[in-house]
Amino acid sequence: MQRVPSYISRSVAGSYDNEAVAIFALIFTFYLYIKTLNTGSLFYATLNAISYFYMVCSWGGYTFIINLIPMHVLLCIVTGRYSSRLYIAYAPLVVLGTLLASLVPVVGFNAVMTSEHFASFLVFIIIHVVALVYYIKGILSPKMFKVAVTFVVSIGLVVCGAALAVLIALVASSPTKGWSGRSLSLLDPTYASKYIPIIASVSEHQPPTWPSYFMDINVLAFLVPAGIIACFLPLSDASSFVILYIVTSVYFSGVMVRLMLVLAPAACIMSGIALSAAFDVFTRSIKFQLPGATENFERDAGETSSNSVVAQNDVAKTEKNEDAVKERPSKKNRKKEKENVEKPSVKSQIKKKLLILPLEASIIAIFLLVLLGAFYVVHCVWAAAEAYSAPSIVLTSHSHDGLHVFDDFREAYAWLSHNTEVDDKVASWWDYGYQTTAMANRTVIVDNNTWNNTHIATVGTAMSSPEKAAWEIFNSLDVKYVLVVFGGLVGYPSDDINKFLWMVRIGGGVFPHIKEPDYLRDGQYRIDSQATPTMLNCLMYKLSYYRFVETDGKAFDRVRRTEIGKKYFKLTHFEEVFTTHHWMVRIYKLKPLKNRIRGRAKKSKSKASSTTSTKRIGMKKKNPWH
Amino acid sequence: MGFRFDLLLFTIALLSVPVLSDLILSRVDRRIDLTSQVVRITSTLKVENAGSDLVSEVLLAFPDSQAKHLAYLSASSTEGKGKAKGSAVSFPVEIVHPKGMPPALTFYSVSLPKGLGKGDSLTLDVLAVFKGALQPFPEKITQADIQLVVFYETAYYLSPYVVKVQSLSVKLPDARIESFTKIENTKIHGSEIKYGPYENLPPFSYSPIVVHFEANQPFAIAQELVREIEISHWGNVQVTEHYNLVHGGAESKGEFSRLDFQARPHVRGASAIRHLVAKLPPRVHSIYYRDEIGNISTSNLWGDHKKTEMVIEPRYPMFGGWRTAFTIGYSLPLQDFLFQSEGKRYVNISFGSPVNEVVIDTLIVKVVLPEGSTDISVSAPFSVKQGQETKVSHLDLVGRPVVVLEKTNVVPEHNQHFQVYYKFSSLSMLMEPLMLISGFFFIFVACIVYMHVDLSISKSSPSYLAKLQWDEVQAAVQQVRNIINRCLMIHDKLEASLRDLSRTGDVQACKSARKALDGLLKDLSKDLKPLLASLQSSQQAVQILPKVEELVGKERDLQERMMAKHSAVVDSYEKKSSGREIENRVALQQQKITALRQEVDDLLDLIDEI
Repeated sequence: MQRVPSYISRSVAGSYDNEAVAIFALIFTFYLYIKTLNTGSLFYATLNAISYFYMVCSWGGYTFIINLIPMHVLLCIVTGRYSSRLYIAYAPLVVLGTLLASLVPVVGFNAVMTSEHFASFLVFIIIHVVALVYYIKGILSPKMFKVAVTFVVSIGLVVCGAALAVLIALVASSPTKGWSGRSLSLLDPTYASKYIPIIASVSEHQPPTWPSYFMDINVLAFLVPAGIIACFLPLSDASSFVILYIVTSVYFSGVMVRLMLVLAPAACIMSGIALSAAFDVFTRSIKFQLPGATENFERDAGETSSNSVVAQNDVAKTEKNEDAVKERPSKKNRKKEKENVEKPSVKSQIKKKLLILPLEASIIAIFLLVLLGAFYVVHCVWAAAEAYSAPSIVLTSHSHDGLHVFDDFREAYAWLSHNTEVDDKVASWWDYGYQTTAMANRTVIVDNNTWNNTHIATVGTAMSSPEKAAWEIFNSLDVKYVLVVFGGLVGYPSDDINKFLWMVRIGGGVFPHIKEPDYLRDGQYRIDSQATPTMLNCLMYKLSYYRFVETDGKAFDRVRRTEIGKKYFKLTHFEEVFTTHHWMVRIYKLKPLKNRIRGRAKKSKSKASSTTSTKRIGMKKKNPWH
Repeated sequence: MGFRFDLLLFTIALLSVPVLSDLILSRVDRRIDLTSQVVRITSTLKVENAGSDLVSEVLLAFPDSQAKHLAYLSASSTEGKGKAKGSAVSFPVEIVHPKGMPPALTFYSVSLPKGLGKGDSLTLDVLAVFKGALQPFPEKITQADIQLVVFYETAYYLSPYVVKVQSLSVKLPDARIESFTKIENTKIHGSEIKYGPYENLPPFSYSPIVVHFEANQPFAIAQELVREIEISHWGNVQVTEHYNLVHGGAESKGEFSRLDFQARPHVRGASAIRHLVAKLPPRVHSIYYRDEIGNISTSNLWGDHKKTEMVIEPRYPMFGGWRTAFTIGYSLPLQDFLFQSEGKRYVNISFGSPVNEVVIDTLIVKVVLPEGSTDISVSAPFSVKQGQETKVSHLDLVGRPVVVLEKTNVVPEHNQHFQVYYKFSSLSMLMEPLMLISGFFFIFVACIVYMHVDLSISKSSPSYLAKLQWDEVQAAVQQVRNIINRCLMIHDKLEASLRDLSRTGDVQACKSARKALDGLLKDLSKDLKPLLASLQSSQQAVQILPKVEELVGKERDLQERMMAKHSAVVDSYEKKSSGREIENRVALQQQKITALRQEVDDLLDLIDEI
């Protein structure tokens, strides 16, 4: 799993995030859940709750666990797989897990208040009811049982109806129906773009493209279906859980690129199962056809012992150098154990059926599988090196005369940190908030923490307002410097002009006088001469293109591949204080308020003052030491 | 105005000052170099002793306003005359406060060790280097303006002695001269202004002159430079230099336009610092150039066997008043800088910054000596503030002694070698590796001991004994399982031989295969007996024994049936019966075999779980 690019994307040095920890916690929680399910041991159930707590501490994605496990429990109950082990696996998790989770400050009472957790409580109730039913079934005769069932069902329906009504009323009374925006945007992919532009504006929250799937999970994409089939052959509690996991995570990753991260381990497990099943079949057919039974037996014994070692590794999945190929058998091993326990008869029958593969074919197949694994490792290393290890703050481009380094971001941050006052505040779009705080050591107005939408909307509004209004907003925020990212000169596509529509949307979400259609010409976002006057007069446009025309005389924007609409203009309330080498970052300072001088007096006075000053200078020039 | 006032003071003072000594300066030539931000005044004084006594010191006078900028002062004399000049002898210079001198003057005394006898003369070369003596005027300029600076000096050589003949030449950079003071005998040749010659001036003659000119060279000032020189006797000298740089020229005001800077770099932003050149020693390696947010990619390195040149560009062009901070570091081979003399080792390394254009407000040089160095002493060619501290690094027990040298107002002239003497025994070098080795050794020993020592408290407690027995039982059961597994494999082989038979019809081969396999089975069942016996004798095996016995029984049953089936099939082949007939004959057997096989598999799994 460590090699899967989508996991690497989160765990390489530099972008080491809490998600890297969280994925381990997630998988560990699932592992313990299955372990409890198989053993029915209360010890593992407690461990499970603790690892769930660890997950809650590390990532907000813990809601995934608390919804997936109830779903699985429900599935088991519906398919008639209820057992005491299931109860032991589930009930302590809900009780202990919820108690522990509410200890985390961020979660607090959300652990019982929000709708994300309702599913778990509902299933908690259901599992108790089912347990009660099974208990009664055990102590009563079948006839009595039937009577009891009709009795209980009739009462239960009434109670359930009442409870449901209360619940629905409660939920409906809150505006977002008790679900937080992030969860809603998961359930309904179109929700975010409708209501919370700030979530939708992050590129990580966009639906992924097919290439990105292939890039991230590569051959696993083909092995996953095989794994699902392998899971179905002996359908056990555990394998049904894995299937549920892969299905939900595929859906989630389809909604957001970022949740590819959740898909990655699931895909690993599935393809591990698939590969293990394949290897199982091939090696068995080879082993049988090769002479020298005793040797084989010894090897088999060795294998089982090594397998148990790998299984231990699986528990402590933090090991890094573990080869991807090696990793897979570890997953399968876990699977196999369960199968051994659950349905040995089925397994051996299947084995016997599959024994008929010819020797040559199976050897070739094994060879191809190993080759596939090797290629996958190569691909993962390549992806890790090329796509995820390059720092996004330093850009490089290859041209005919060698490597070009675009180090503009750090240039600007270094300039800010050395040449502005320590308590100056910098306004920029929130993407650059953390970077500015860390690298330039300056206070920013908005940063990558998106809890407070209004702040971001204020900056978005300022950026999309005309100069004067923007100056007033920034001045009221005590901002000294405004930083914009502009890629038009060198063709850096993720600059502020391309993000500008999000600023408008987010700003308009809070301040209704900013309207998105004002910035669009016939529904199209453009910055050329066809652009709307609102667009051409907004602050972001002006700060980005200030004096841009003088570079080549035409003001050709290389990102938008067009000439800009308004070429010659002056800034009255801002002044350029720094622009980096490739113009990628431009920093402007708010001009101080001008003295209020009325009408003509102003002109004459300014003239007088200018003449005196020139005189003085002239005098000085003549004889500066007097 | 201040100068006027000073002058007034001088003249008043002049009247009251007695003639100090009988020295006469028969000729003074001064050359002022204003081409860089550091002002260098080279004066050649021809000193004559007109009195009768032996004179052992010569006084040099500077106005206080100038003396506060004075960074470096040296006086030397060359033996011999004309072209056959000998080696220069430098004389010690120190600050003195002679009595009865006019105020607002600072005096330095050059002591002549040999003294100057009656009628003797001596040519003295005095080099005075001033830092920050050029004042930007106007103090704030825009990006488009050129940077102008003013420089104040006296046209007459300020001296407590009578000066007979003197001249002054001021060398300016090749650029515009805004203005300069004209007094008698002033000439200008291109970028050089000449004053004099003036003859027979009394002591403390003073005539202020001011030069106002364009100076576009960068005013790079390191407000603080910390050089850390770490000596490792494993063969490396690591130098780390932390610069805190500011452009000390006219401050920039108003907008900074990258467009103007890029389009007309020599007009808009002529005085900006674009790059600095660090001259590093030869054979330098592992060079880095970074700041607190990472590597700075704009640097370049050249080198040959004499020197290494590194061109470093700050992250951004520096205009007046702009600041930056960065770190450069490099490693040097130890043998080039560490020497031995009289039982002591000494480091001989340059004091100042390798970047020549930079003047330094505060320079702190830290020499980190290896742990265990003693008898540390420093010898520097000029006075520095000394201190000591310790630095604790990897694997240090008491920390490394660090010699801290501090000096303010450092100019490139201070870039001389200094020495740190210390004693260090080579054996101390081995301490750290030995520490590591012994540490790991003890860890391994501890592990081995832990693995081999039985830590249970009571060797006779029932639970301990039970555990031992249980281990034995488990081992036995494991062996039984292995044997059963092998038996099962042999059964598979038998099946395979039957399949071969149906394919080839080779009855003999099949028979011989059966014989061999039968022998194997016999051996295995022999092996099984002692194991079973040991299990029966053990108390701990009570729980598992029936299962094991059942397993063995079933297996034996399976074995027999297998053999029966095999022989039946072989028989019927010998009788050339048809395939269907054979199948009919063994169908019953086959069913039982399958069922038994199933049971055996189940039992194996069951035992496995226990």
